[in-house]
Amino acid sequence: MSTSRDGTFAMNENAFVQLVLSHLRGYLREPEAIFWTYGFPLIMVLGLGVAFNTETETVTAFTVSEAAASMPVVKALGEDASFDVAVLPLEEALIGLRRNRTPLVLSIDESGDVEYFFDPTNPDGSAARRLVDDAMQRAAGRTDALGWTDRRTDAPGSRYVDFLVPGLIGMNIMGAGLWGIGFSTVDLRVKNLLKRMVATPMKRSHFLLSLVSSRIVFFIPEMTFLLIAAHLVFGVPIAGSYATILLIAFLGSLTFAGLGLLTASRARRIESISGLMNLVMIPMWLCSGIFFSSERFPAFLQPFIQALPLTQLIDALRAVILSGESLLSQTTPLMILGAWSIVSYALALKFFRWV
Amino acid sequence: MSEAVSCRQLFKRYDGGKKSVEAVRGLDLHVSRGECFGLLGPNGAGKTTTVEILEGLLQPTSGEVEVLGLRWGEGRDHELRQKLGVTLQETKLREKLSVLETLRLFRSFYDDGIAPEAALALVSLEEKAAAWVLKLSGGQRQRLAVACALVGKPELLFLDEPTTGLDPQARRQLWDVVTDLKRQGNTILLTTHYMDEAEKLCDRVAIVDHGQVIAEGSPKDLISRMGGEHVIEFTLQPNGDSGVGPSVFEELEDVRKAVEESGSYLLTVSEPHRSIPALLELLRRENLVLGSLTTRHVNLEDVFVNLTGRHLRDE
Repeated sequence: MSTSRDGTFAMNENAFVQLVLSHLRGYLREPEAIFWTYGFPLIMVLGLGVAFNTETETVTAFTVSEAAASMPVVKALGEDASFDVAVLPLEEALIGLRRNRTPLVLSIDESGDVEYFFDPTNPDGSAARRLVDDAMQRAAGRTDALGWTDRRTDAPGSRYVDFLVPGLIGMNIMGAGLWGIGFSTVDLRVKNLLKRMVATPMKRSHFLLSLVSSRIVFFIPEMTFLLIAAHLVFGVPIAGSYATILLIAFLGSLTFAGLGLLTASRARRIESISGLMNLVMIPMWLCSGIFFSSERFPAFLQPFIQALPLTQLIDALRAVILSGESLLSQTTPLMILGAWSIVSYALALKFFRWV
Repeated sequence: MSEAVSCRQLFKRYDGGKKSVEAVRGLDLHVSRGECFGLLGPNGAGKTTTVEILEGLLQPTSGEVEVLGLRWGEGRDHELRQKLGVTLQETKLREKLSVLETLRLFRSFYDDGIAPEAALALVSLEEKAAAWVLKLSGGQRQRLAVACALVGKPELLFLDEPTTGLDPQARRQLWDVVTDLKRQGNTILLTTHYMDEAEKLCDRVAIVDHGQVIAEGSPKDLISRMGGEHVIEFTLQPNGDSGVGPSVFEELEDVRKAVEESGSYLLTVSEPHRSIPALLELLRRENLVLGSLTTRHVNLEDVFVNLTGRHLRDE
């Protein structure tokens, strides 16, 4: 605590430190917040990692009549470990298809001709149709005209779990910035504490900066923890330099903290901030490539999707973590993030409701 | 020495389309240095709006405001804030910070001030220094809020409804704190809707109603302006006839004013030893029988009722 009289700088520095400390203390002393920051993302990585890290060769297919079940081609299908075959009445099998319990239903008549039922917009349906057809045609005597060899690409670095981890880190950066800053800001406003603070000589910029800083102080260990856990449990490679990863994560945190401030700049109630947060986050949740590549969306949506900060953050994280790309190669995503930061902070400062 | 606060013809309108509210309507106020000044009035009278304008938190719609010789928005706001101590109506300090941590935070905003521990001593909260705000009672929280206002060693202290919602013991403890601060020569502007609080703490009081000051002076002055210093309050036993109008009693010796209020009669008098016998004589003549009779000193509540016809806490 300072009682210095020798100029405002010493006083202000101290005020800033005290503000950061007050946010950190308030946060550290909230066990639930600690869980949602450290525990939940870890559970999510572990859960999704396990779910998507099992081999997905088994295709469930239904045949429909007892007579067909005894045909050699169908028997061969049943013996193939890649498939899981069940014999059911057609109606029941089709219900299974509609409820996504199976990707494919076969109806086989006495002569051995097959009707395939599947949903072509579901990638699993089309794949299952091709695999089952291949297996049956071969069992019936077809020989392949060209020779082939399978080369599996599930080495660390190119599996789904590897793709997922940088996406989850990006998602967490977004969540920490928006929820963390948004909720605490509105909470302070609801409690009249913001008003109480501006009734003191406190500098308003110090207050905003302290909120953002305390978030970032929290976020960097969180991200490191997640990345190390993913590395140890699933062998997710960390190809790029740590400094570059940290720098990108830092810029991402700064951007989403700014977006959090902007989202919370006017809200007076927890209910309205919740709605606003969802409005801001849901498009990014869906489109920015957390769980699957954002390039799967149609071309006309791409300009919009590529402009979202989360798309750029996740792309940069993936490039550096998985492919070991350099900081310089990520100039474009970082500039887009930077532009979002500057605009968010400028607007937040302008519109922030203090009283 | 300049005035601590002066405001002239203060107006504040909250625009809300058709629901615009004029919270302050031409309010004048002058507070001298070293005095404890009270804004007394019912809820919604415009007290909080007025102090928040004085604190530089709200912009007045029109009017002149000068605080410690400075005006808001003339580039010296920061300097002015250094000199003010503020407690707002209902501030919830961070629950998971300790009392001392809270005070350190507030102390860090001011160039000059007193040690956080010294501020705690001023509100007798030393033994709670390490406790989280969460663990404090309502009265202790309010005293902490006052300590946060004192830690910057203010030249002017604003206390907005300092004891609202507190139990009687906590109120008395807070009154002790304010009385001590007064004794040390602090300038205090407080708002309250408790007349006993204003009477006990304030050197001067402005009674505020509908955004205007309707009376101003020391509590003693305001009471003596009623013309009498005592109130005789009595009820009559029902006698079958229709009730008796209060004006009958205004004819009595020494009675300055008579009103009827939910079955009771209130007579303002200056010498009960003369007015009571006269009252009893009148009742006997009219065949009326007393249900009850008490006397008490006139208080600020009576002043307010006299001025507005309403009670302070009607709303």
